[in-house]
Amino acid sequence: MTCTEFLQILDNVIDESIAAETRAEIEAHLRKCGHCEVVLDTTRKTIEIYRCHEIYELPTEVSERLHTAIMDKCRKAAR
Amino acid sequence: MSTIQSVAGQTEQHPDVALVERVRAGDLSAYDTLVRKYERQVFRIAQHITQNREDAEDVMQDAFLKAYEKLDQFQGNSKFYTWLVRIAVNESLMRLRKRRTGRMVSIDENIETDEGSVPRDFADWAPNPEQNYTQSQLADILKKTIQGLPQGFRVVFVLRDVDGLSTEETAEALGLSVPAVKSRLLRARLQLRERLSRHFKNRTPAASQPDAAPSGNGVDA
Repeated sequence: MTCTEFLQILDNVIDESIAAETRAEIEAHLRKCGHCEVVLDTTRKTIEIYRCHEIYELPTEVSERLHTAIMDKCRKAAR
Repeated sequence: MSTIQSVAGQTEQHPDVALVERVRAGDLSAYDTLVRKYERQVFRIAQHITQNREDAEDVMQDAFLKAYEKLDQFQGNSKFYTWLVRIAVNESLMRLRKRRTGRMVSIDENIETDEGSVPRDFADWAPNPEQNYTQSQLADILKKTIQGLPQGFRVVFVLRDVDGLSTEETAEALGLSVPAVKSRLLRARLQLRERLSRHFKNRTPAASQPDAAPSGNGVDA
């Protein structure tokens, strides 16, 4: 397996949708290629960081105000 | 899909289906529950597309009102949330059009770029890179980094990796093909990784390899 081939299936590796026979090839490639190992590891960390940190916080008072406004509008629309 | 498979293999109804049925029967409190369940996600999507807090607040209100008014059109062959996201994405794009005085705005804008899609930075990251920053510094880095992505990549990344929608659901919510979602997701992930590497890579001299990329595309072993 080349690095280009590895990159093409990187998403499948991350999402763990890889056929068993391909998995052995990937592991063999990663053992000899430090660059691809880093790319895989840091791409996983990238996803993890975005998943764990809400960058657009919605403070409770704002969410309550918006929630009330939404339900008021729906109530009017229901009439 | 509006149903989920149980362990026993029997088809169970997604909890939202019962709530939608109650709303259709006139029970507004059931819609209150749906709004509470999804308001933060809808706000997040709107904010990622419009990149403007005021617009995102308006989009959130408009999307939930529109979903309520159009609930009869919800077929139930997709998840309620996927259907709702599609409305929120359309409302967000409409809001952008207004800001840009009517110029066409689509989810496909600026996706031709290949910048950052081929890895160039192979330095490993510090063990817990987030800990080197305060919460607000980190939020700033993450925000600026994702804002630098083309919109069509950003939204795919948020729906798939942050919201946890499947590839098929993301395709449905954005009106894209499954291969298009897959291609954008890979490029989004790689571009974000490349940009975050600038902040998060291991800075100890021995581990730092800023010029580690070989010639060519930099990765073929």
